[in-house]
Amino acid sequence: MTLAVFLTLAIASVIFALLMVLTKNPVHSVIFLLLTFFAIAGQYVLLNAQFLAVVHIIVYAGAVMVLFLFVLMLLNLNTDAEPRQTARWKLAAAIASGMLLLTMVGALRGGAELPIPETSDPHVGLVKNLGRVLFTDFVVPFEVAGILFLAAMVGAVLLAKREIR
Amino acid sequence: MLILFTTALLIEKSILVLALFLVTLGVAAYATLAERKVAAAMQDRVGPDRTGPFGILQPIADGVKFFMKEDFMPNSAERWLYILAPGAFMFVACMTSAVIPWGTQLTLFGRPIDLQVADLNIGILYILGFTSLGVYGVMVGGWASNNKYSLYSAIRASAQMISYELAMGLALIAVVMFTGTLSLREMAEQQAGLNWNIWYQPLGFLIFFVCALAECNRAPFDMAECETELIGGYHTEYSSMKLGFFLFAEYINMFIACAVIAVVYFGGYNFPGLDPSWLGGLMGLVVMLAKTFFFIFVFMWIRWTLPRFRYDQLMQLGWKTLVPLALANMILTGGFVLLFGK
Repeated sequence: MTLAVFLTLAIASVIFALLMVLTKNPVHSVIFLLLTFFAIAGQYVLLNAQFLAVVHIIVYAGAVMVLFLFVLMLLNLNTDAEPRQTARWKLAAAIASGMLLLTMVGALRGGAELPIPETSDPHVGLVKNLGRVLFTDFVVPFEVAGILFLAAMVGAVLLAKREIR
Repeated sequence: MLILFTTALLIEKSILVLALFLVTLGVAAYATLAERKVAAAMQDRVGPDRTGPFGILQPIADGVKFFMKEDFMPNSAERWLYILAPGAFMFVACMTSAVIPWGTQLTLFGRPIDLQVADLNIGILYILGFTSLGVYGVMVGGWASNNKYSLYSAIRASAQMISYELAMGLALIAVVMFTGTLSLREMAEQQAGLNWNIWYQPLGFLIFFVCALAECNRAPFDMAECETELIGGYHTEYSSMKLGFFLFAEYINMFIACAVIAVVYFGGYNFPGLDPSWLGGLMGLVVMLAKTFFFIFVFMWIRWTLPRFRYDQLMQLGWKTLVPLALANMILTGGFVLLFGK
């Protein structure tokens, strides 16, 4: 049963992710990415991480993707208004994404040898346990991530302010 | 035995889902009538009274009319998204009611039945999650119509919803800190008698209430369908039951928002002197629905009393008033919980 659900969600997320890349229309891309996020949230639920699943939906589907859609609608991109991409840009994009792929493959290498964490505990994803772990074992990365977000926010405000002057 | 039990549970939950769905639709349908009656009363009119006594059949007539009207689709519309948007909006609106505890337990045929479809331990986040998805129906619908006014409205609606979601979430965090739970059922259980959260979170309630008005696109925050500026808003190009879905889903959103207010701040199914388990559990349901209907009335009252905000005023209120207030409320609550315990 769990395996069937896992496979359905996994196949769905791969298909939606591919459609997101392959579709021409940017708004359709956003919608397919949204569906991909739903499939991934389903995987979190399967792993007993309901909190993570819901936060994933709230943050990515509810906020980030809405902003993407917002910007796309403001620009109202379509095929005839889109600037022509030169071969140089395409080459640069291919190199950049190729590097990213290489980094990710490198990071995942050797992942198969890592011990698989025990997921039979149904309480592993509860907010209480997650909070405890975040504020004890992982407090430094957690705080660093928080500072990173703050810096990003300040940077964004600064960029927006400079436009006005 | 286990299979029998699971099957029984499945049937029970299915019936509960169906009942909840029908009740939600019924309440939303009659909320449209109530809205017109309230408006009429406030403007010293009679309101709809041609269909049955006191216009009681008006929602049915409206529904039939929606189905009978020509379903027109603009030529330049984005076909699939145009069709999908009202359905998505309606679906998201109906999903939220699943985690709301409508009462304690109902005893039917010797079986105790929880009056709640799913008691998630993260119930309140589930509601926030689905509320944040509600904006997609509006955005996609407005964009797919390929109409300037619809697009403006969709952009306004999304900016408004993102802004007010933040303050809403922050107001709820204070409640979560205070009650120590994310489950709506546990929250309702803690507020037995008159021990309601509103006494401890008055500021939080105010913020949440204003944000709920904004999230439901209700006046005075109904910028997304501001007729004087945007023709009809994001559903300008919609007709027939597709338009009906949009209008109807807004009433469902209002119903759910009022139910959440009742559960989170006003004790849910608790009322002093009325044990929610009376009448085989029906008492809790009655109390809960009475509170919800009261807040629906307040929503309508506000709509027909206050004028619409200007767009920049709306953003000012959201970002420069509600967010700092909600943050202050959160810090104060944290301090109190730390000092005095719960």
